[in-house]
Amino acid sequence: MISKEQVAHVAELARLQFSDEKLQEFTGQLDEIMNMVDQLSEVDTDGVPVTTQSVLLENVLRDDVAEKPTSRTTLMKNVPTAKAGLIQVPTIIDKEDD
Amino acid sequence: MDYFKTNIKQLHADLLAGKTSSEQLTKDTFAAIAAKDGDVKAFLALDEDQALATAKQLDADKLSADSQLAGIPIAIKDNIVTKDLTTTAASKMLANFVPIYDATVIEKLRSAGSVIVGKTNMDEFAMGSSTENSAMKTTTNAWDHTKVPGGSSGGSAAAVAAGEVVAALGSDTGGSIRQPAAFNGIFGFKPSYGRVSRWGLIAFGSSLDAIGTLTRSVRDGAAVMNTIIGADEKDTTTVPRAPEDLGAKIGKGVKGMRIALPAEYLGEGVDPKVVAQIKKAAEQFKAMGATVETVSLPHTKYAVPAYYIIASSEASSNLQRFDGIRYGFRAQDVKTLDDVYVRSRSEGFGDEVKRRIMLGTFSLSAGFYDAYFKKAAQVRTLITRDFENVFKDYDLIMGPTTPTTAFKIGDKVTDPLTMYMNDILTIPVNLAGLPAASVNAGFVDGMPVGLQLIAKPFAEASIFQAAAAFEDANDYMEQIPGGQN
Amino acid sequence: MNFETTIGLEVHIELKTNSKMYSPAPVTYGAEPNTETNVIDWGYPGVLPSANKGAYSLGLMVALALHADIAPYTHFDRKNYFYPDNPKAYQITQSETPLAKNGYVEIEVDGKKKRIGIEELHIEEDAGKNTHADDGYSYVDLNRAGTPLVEIVSKPDITSPEEAYQYLEQLRQIVQFTGASDVKMEEGSMRVDSNLSVSPIGASQYGTKTEVKNLNSFNHVRSALAYEQKRQVAMLLSGQKIRQETRRWDEPAKETILMRVKEGADDYRYFPEPDLPPVRVSQEWIDDVAAKLPENPAQRRARYVNDWGIPEYDAGVLTNTKEMSDFFEAVVADGADAKQASNYLMGDVSAFLNAQHKELKDIALTPDHLAKMIKLINDGTISTKIAKKVITQIIKNDVDPEEWVRSKGLVQESDPAVLTPIITAILDDNQQSIDDFHAGKDRALGFLVGQVMKQTHGQANPNVVNQILNAELSKR
Ligand SMILES: [Mg+2]
Ligand SMILES: [Zn+2]
Repeated sequence: MISKEQVAHVAELARLQFSDEKLQEFTGQLDEIMNMVDQLSEVDTDGVPVTTQSVLLENVLRDDVAEKPTSRTTLMKNVPTAKAGLIQVPTIIDKEDD
Repeated sequence: MDYFKTNIKQLHADLLAGKTSSEQLTKDTFAAIAAKDGDVKAFLALDEDQALATAKQLDADKLSADSQLAGIPIAIKDNIVTKDLTTTAASKMLANFVPIYDATVIEKLRSAGSVIVGKTNMDEFAMGSSTENSAMKTTTNAWDHTKVPGGSSGGSAAAVAAGEVVAALGSDTGGSIRQPAAFNGIFGFKPSYGRVSRWGLIAFGSSLDAIGTLTRSVRDGAAVMNTIIGADEKDTTTVPRAPEDLGAKIGKGVKGMRIALPAEYLGEGVDPKVVAQIKKAAEQFKAMGATVETVSLPHTKYAVPAYYIIASSEASSNLQRFDGIRYGFRAQDVKTLDDVYVRSRSEGFGDEVKRRIMLGTFSLSAGFYDAYFKKAAQVRTLITRDFENVFKDYDLIMGPTTPTTAFKIGDKVTDPLTMYMNDILTIPVNLAGLPAASVNAGFVDGMPVGLQLIAKPFAEASIFQAAAAFEDANDYMEQIPGGQN
Repeated sequence: MNFETTIGLEVHIELKTNSKMYSPAPVTYGAEPNTETNVIDWGYPGVLPSANKGAYSLGLMVALALHADIAPYTHFDRKNYFYPDNPKAYQITQSETPLAKNGYVEIEVDGKKKRIGIEELHIEEDAGKNTHADDGYSYVDLNRAGTPLVEIVSKPDITSPEEAYQYLEQLRQIVQFTGASDVKMEEGSMRVDSNLSVSPIGASQYGTKTEVKNLNSFNHVRSALAYEQKRQVAMLLSGQKIRQETRRWDEPAKETILMRVKEGADDYRYFPEPDLPPVRVSQEWIDDVAAKLPENPAQRRARYVNDWGIPEYDAGVLTNTKEMSDFFEAVVADGADAKQASNYLMGDVSAFLNAQHKELKDIALTPDHLAKMIKLINDGTISTKIAKKVITQIIKNDVDPEEWVRSKGLVQESDPAVLTPIITAILDDNQQSIDDFHAGKDRALGFLVGQVMKQTHGQANPNVVNQILNAELSKR
């Protein structure tokens, strides 16, 4: 049984917010989906390896050769707000980077 | 030009013979779209000026006799990026997004001389089975405008089925080409994972996504597939192979072919009338000299839960880049960085996308990974092994593409779980990375039924072989939506 | 109560490649913002990564240099988190199967050798750079985004700030000598996050640890850890509990400052990267990298001491940076005596570099010029006194020492045919000094040599002058 609090926590991780009503609706739906998913526990998967890719390729690596970068003007075309060639965002309060 | 009465091979011949020109064909295409799309609502964007300019240039340069697609107009699902042509994935998030590069498949189509006419509607970010999850509009079924066209490549399927274009590209993560092809009575082809470059396909479930084709005829499907296949250094999950003609075995018939019919694909939940059509198809294959035998794919019923965990987990990560910072929708009046993220994403994504993001985020989150993501990835292995076992003895697997024919618009959209179960027959193929197609297998109550054909990895040619034989043996494609013929 | 300290260090090192880890955009330093990026670095819709083989090989090289066990089969994972400098909102890293495990670094503290274990090394991509303006906005430059990194995680073997310092110093040296990275804290090609906990001696569990960020030099790491150690012990002694928190080193204030309290672990939702095939590292690949692995600093030091007779301490200084060590070896390769080369590098050259805050690459001196100068000394062309002038000259200017001493007339006079008449004339004028000399007064000889030097403007070869003087004096 998935709780409303769990759903709210997941929403936070996913950077989504819901009205209380919507949260209730989503909790119900996710609970139903997770019940369906719980069928998987019937399957004996002891010692079964995971499949996370569809083709069995290995070592598809690129030689370390630099190519011309994309022009900044082009890259900036879709940026909502920019200044002096930089992407602008509201101040990052938690200056944790670096 | 009437797309119900012609095909790519014919158009190619007409173009070379000067019976028509690329410009004329392009104009005819836009005229067909103008006449029909009011009801079908398949297109999100049309690129008429650019298409006509390209067509004129192609005519002026003389069309290449070597390229079957030279001068042929084609429609593109709106999750495949096209340089300078708005690509929205049918989401408010990308309503104004103009790509700055072409997908590899688009580059290949362009260099083959194909003319891109516009972008087709879909479920938002390809999440859905009815195209009702589009943030833009609801496409209708070409056969009945009160019914869904299927999804997520509903726009591409309906456009082809309605005779607006001869071919369209779609994408298939859990059946998104085959299911709308089935609902609209056309040929939908999903290649092996690794056969077509995903570079430029807006990712949904990265380990499942495949770009493929929607065409009326099997042969047209092969022509377009042959143009877009090939390893790409930009997509390191593509498999390097010597040049191949996927249509090489078309016309060889099915004599001696060993076809498996999984019992699970005709079981509970599948409309008996649909089952009857598939059994009829099986009898036809037998009559044409193939053996058809019942087999078992025991883990089939676990495909839907495994798929929804895996696809949603990958999607939850893939869709994090839509954060309102570098491109796409940014909410108004945002004060803080967290506002940019939370409000842009909450306002920019529709409900189904949010549901999948939530499901995926949950499945990957601390304490749940082993029980959900890892478990699903292990079950995926078992599903793949089921197929490997069958393909030891058989060339093809056949079955229905969908449990029912197209349903009414609005019927399932409020019930996500029922909607998910609709994909039960197509999903296993994506989990195993197999090639598969849906070909028209007749009609039930006036609505088309799809026959699904599945092959082992990179054995696409066998699917085309059998599909063409089946198409040739029937007159299903002579029936036209709205009875125009 | 007595406490023991446990320190963990996470070091990020930028690998010196031409292109980025998962995109072919160039790797550069100090370019105009957002000019060295492409659609992959920006995480544009529809893009896919492709992994850089060169970066992987450099990662292997670092792993080998740190004596780590290479994983034969690895895949990439996604680490999910939202941040403006993280365009895809996930970092492609290695979580489940790191590149290598179980390495070590040997350090020496107070004359005692100790092995510090390395838990694991993994390959990942760097983030872009956020700058925080005071106009209410932050600004994002993605040039650095996607630069290949190797992250090196220490085992809980470090028990003091000094050990942490030595570990970082040795790690930097070792990696620098592989050539896989510049390992410069100032340029950000080496970055350190640290954590520290204290617990009563003999306790069965580690104490609650605090993390310290914003560490710009090894000295800051040492100071910050020493501060944290004291702070935590004081807290425990006064009966307080340590909170799990992230702190920042404030250098001017010489203290760590609270950034945020950690509530529960971060949830990065790691899962295997579906867009990149796994990497199998064959023995051939490892052998190939091992064959290219240059001598490490310890091996070089041993060679300097044993083969070239350089004192242990001097060998240590010479191998402090790869640049210095390479320069020294080049001077020797050019034919110079190793001891003399070492003396000049450790003396005049280092003094100049320190005074000017420069590095060898910033000054005009070349190994060839230094070697030539040393040869000029040894073949008697110049005196060690003149050499003082020459070294100053060739450090600052790109001049050939031989040409320069000739053009300035600084070549020593060693020819007896020239010196003998000068010397006999001086003796003729200084009978008193000759008498003093024979009377055993040593000062007389010094006076006479001085006279010769005065007359020759210091250019007479003192050895030759001494020989002639002794010979002439014995005749009188
Ligand atoms: Mg890491
Ligand atoms: Zn890291």
